[in-house]
Amino acid sequence: MSKRKTGRSTRTLSGVNNFVVKFANVNGSGSASANNLFAKAIFRMGVPVSPHNIFPSNIQGLPTWYEVRVNDKGYLGRRDGVDLMIAVNEQTISRDIESVLPDGYVLYDSSKALRPIRNDVNYLPIPLKDICLREFEHPGQRQLFQNIVYVGALAAFLSIDFEILTSMVSQQFRGKEKLILPNVHAMELGYQYAKDNFECPLPIRLKASRKAKGKILMDGNTAIGLGCVYGGATVASWYPLTPSTSVVDAYGKYCKRLRIDPGTGKKKFSIVQAEDELAAIGIAIGAGWNGARAFTASSGPGVSLMQEFLGLAYFAEVPVVLFNIQRVGPSTGMPTRTQQGDLLSCAFASHGDTRHILLIPSTPKECFEFAASSFDIADRLQTPVIVMSDLELGMNDHVSDPLEWDDARKYDRGKVLTAEDLEEIEDYGRYLDVDGDGIPWRTYPGVHPEKGSYFTRGSSHDTMAAYTEDGNIYAENMDRLASKFAGSVQYLPQPEIVSEGSKRGMIYFGTTASAIPEVHDKLAKQGIALDTMRIRSFPFHEEVSRFIDEHELVYVIEQNRDAQMKSLLKIECNATDEKMHSILSYNGVVTSADCIESAILEDLSEMSKQASA
Amino acid sequence: MSYIVKPRFHHPGLKKNDLGYTRRDYEGTLTTLCGGCGHDSISAAIIHAVHDMSLAPHKIAKVSGIGCSSKIPSYFLDRSHGFNSVHGRMPSIATGANLANRELYYIGVSGDGDTASIGLGQFCHIVRRRINMLYIVANNGTYGLTKGQLSATADVGSKTKSGEESQYDNIDLVSLAIDLGASFVGRSFSGDKDQLVPLIQAGLSHRGFAFIDVVSPCVTFNNTPFSAHGYKNTWENNVVLSEIDFVPMRKEITTRYSAGKEKEITLHDGSVIHLHKTSSSYDPYDRENALHHVNEYKKRGKIATGLLYINQSQSDLHELADTADKPFNRLNEHDLCPGGDVLQDINETFM
Repeated sequence: MSKRKTGRSTRTLSGVNNFVVKFANVNGSGSASANNLFAKAIFRMGVPVSPHNIFPSNIQGLPTWYEVRVNDKGYLGRRDGVDLMIAVNEQTISRDIESVLPDGYVLYDSSKALRPIRNDVNYLPIPLKDICLREFEHPGQRQLFQNIVYVGALAAFLSIDFEILTSMVSQQFRGKEKLILPNVHAMELGYQYAKDNFECPLPIRLKASRKAKGKILMDGNTAIGLGCVYGGATVASWYPLTPSTSVVDAYGKYCKRLRIDPGTGKKKFSIVQAEDELAAIGIAIGAGWNGARAFTASSGPGVSLMQEFLGLAYFAEVPVVLFNIQRVGPSTGMPTRTQQGDLLSCAFASHGDTRHILLIPSTPKECFEFAASSFDIADRLQTPVIVMSDLELGMNDHVSDPLEWDDARKYDRGKVLTAEDLEEIEDYGRYLDVDGDGIPWRTYPGVHPEKGSYFTRGSSHDTMAAYTEDGNIYAENMDRLASKFAGSVQYLPQPEIVSEGSKRGMIYFGTTASAIPEVHDKLAKQGIALDTMRIRSFPFHEEVSRFIDEHELVYVIEQNRDAQMKSLLKIECNATDEKMHSILSYNGVVTSADCIESAILEDLSEMSKQASA
Repeated sequence: MSYIVKPRFHHPGLKKNDLGYTRRDYEGTLTTLCGGCGHDSISAAIIHAVHDMSLAPHKIAKVSGIGCSSKIPSYFLDRSHGFNSVHGRMPSIATGANLANRELYYIGVSGDGDTASIGLGQFCHIVRRRINMLYIVANNGTYGLTKGQLSATADVGSKTKSGEESQYDNIDLVSLAIDLGASFVGRSFSGDKDQLVPLIQAGLSHRGFAFIDVVSPCVTFNNTPFSAHGYKNTWENNVVLSEIDFVPMRKEITTRYSAGKEKEITLHDGSVIHLHKTSSSYDPYDRENALHHVNEYKKRGKIATGLLYINQSQSDLHELADTADKPFNRLNEHDLCPGGDVLQDINETFM
């Protein structure tokens, strides 16, 4: 049998360990686990990979995409353009084929005839449905295994190590051995069909590498859940909300493994699925007040509901941790798409003069570290700490350095008086600034029979925690809170600065980080040198103002419409619009190097036009 | 008026309890409520109850929401920690606090606005979650702090001082609590200390969610002859379904009652209550029967009071969740952190 050429285009895209594969599926059809298998197999070959789920707010029947970028240089931001499309969703097939790069590839199910709409791409027809109808009896398997058949075919097209795939299937179905054979069989069918009918591998292909060796492939929410276990959280209260749900799922999963007392079988953790987000944060605050480490996880709509309680915790000085896995707002927005849109509403959450600590992770490793240390920071400063992740980081797998824990590390429970301490104290005052750092000493309920009790309230209070309507006392207390906040930076992660003494710089944070090395290198090749600073917390360290001061111009790159980080920088760092130019993206997918690069180039040419005019 | 310091002297002959404390040791700051407010009688009843039970004040935590009712934790138990939170959200604070330390007694004080309107959702869910606490609603049918609007517990036809008449069916918190599975439900009247004190004592001794709805007249805004929650109506239409005597743990039982309508109930901490039913058809162990009696009296414009329902077989949240005996707030990194080696193994599952 003579092998078909791959298609109509006279040329083909090529590239070893450098391409984008996109899967267009119907959600609820079992494609997610097959697609994960594909990405993880590439990762296990040691090749850096970055998968993205682009999924609907729906259980079954709507279009969903899975995009995998493979890049040996380790550029793992999104890249525009698709080299190989797995177009197996009839609802979107025309649009999907349109999005393939010229001379790229389209794998489709040829059980049904396809009316070719482009002549400049290469087609890889495989009768997925027919193969499965022929080979499998069970209706469920006939559907599910179509996904596994294309993974097998991709192994042939892209030179994925077949051994890795089969060992992963064996691992996945350990304990359910009956499922291993048919899955491997389905993969072999696809692999063989591709080998028999096409020239394999394609010019785009994989080669084993060492670039991803020693790394882990993990999603941010799992890392946060683990960080909460390691950080000593014992109370989790939450209300289900995409994309934050998997934070509590992960916390629960690891607690069941690691937090059951071996002697008694009892749990050293509790998870309360609350009636709403108001109760979720209220429960965490009640637990924090009473000396347990507590958190809640949510996203925009839930965080909006928590505003009143956040103000109480700020004003009454109760430690609590909130993980905000941001999604597209306002209102319900696009619940399953990503955005950095809650920066301002979290920095100043609640009525009156309030400010909150923000931690902004960029990688799973940082999700773990920031989650664990958020409890130390909340206890030390006796205030809410909000960890600002997003859907992109939280729900997608990312190549990351392995998680680390120093066994010598102790929890910082902050300024808490014991019964023995209280014996030595004449007049305990809950809000007395004894040490001059704005941080008062607290006591846990039940500590001492006669000393240390106080009344916590959201109404104005004096240093002894008594109610007051004296304006001066109120103002003094507000000033102390401001000084506590200003001094908090010493406990917060510093900005990450890479400086080559350039005149211009880029300021970025969170998931924009994945695109930045590529932007930097692409612009450097064009003679445009840019220093970089990644902000990792709010309030800002001194270095943040200094970075702005030391550069003629900085680009503030963020994923929202209103330039929220730039606004914060204007408020806090005395910087002007002239000096800070915004690069914004807010279409629901994480920003890409191409997008940032072209925006910067456009801005530079605009400026030079203005200068010459 | 809380800036006025309450005098601390007391009569040298004041009775001391087993811990050597007098009632003064259980008091709070000077009340700022209106003279004659029913809520002050509730404070007094709580002080009386916990003193006579010889509970250590620091082993009690007080939580409340917002409103006149929620101010009262200031006016009792100065040596207990207290948390006056946000409007209608005391149940969530109580839930978290209870999870953090299962060894304390928790007294929640709320009002009818706080519990039956803005916090109705939280109230329903704390009942479902079976938090081990005593939840008291100081129920006056009106919003006092905002000057006399009708609340959701005001009966149809009840009139406030300004003449506004309640047109909507009221929310009966007792029926709701029984229906949702509260394991101890009582109702009393702030003016009836003899009834209220033993109810509070029994509620504290009961393991699980204990709820007491206390009709507590608002003398300023809702105490007209036409106010359902006024003194007049409550005195005239109060029907006692059960009378209880409370005998704290460790105390010898001296009183003996006639057989028949009496029940002796031993609570989880060893305390005993003697329950005297005033109606032979009424059964405080039977949920449907208790609900039926409460509703029947309500139809006749009467207010059924006493210990209305009790279920001692229900487990509380800690038992359901199978949490560790040692309070969470005493666990440290040794108890909670799995360590670096375990993390290394976890890393490997992601390679």
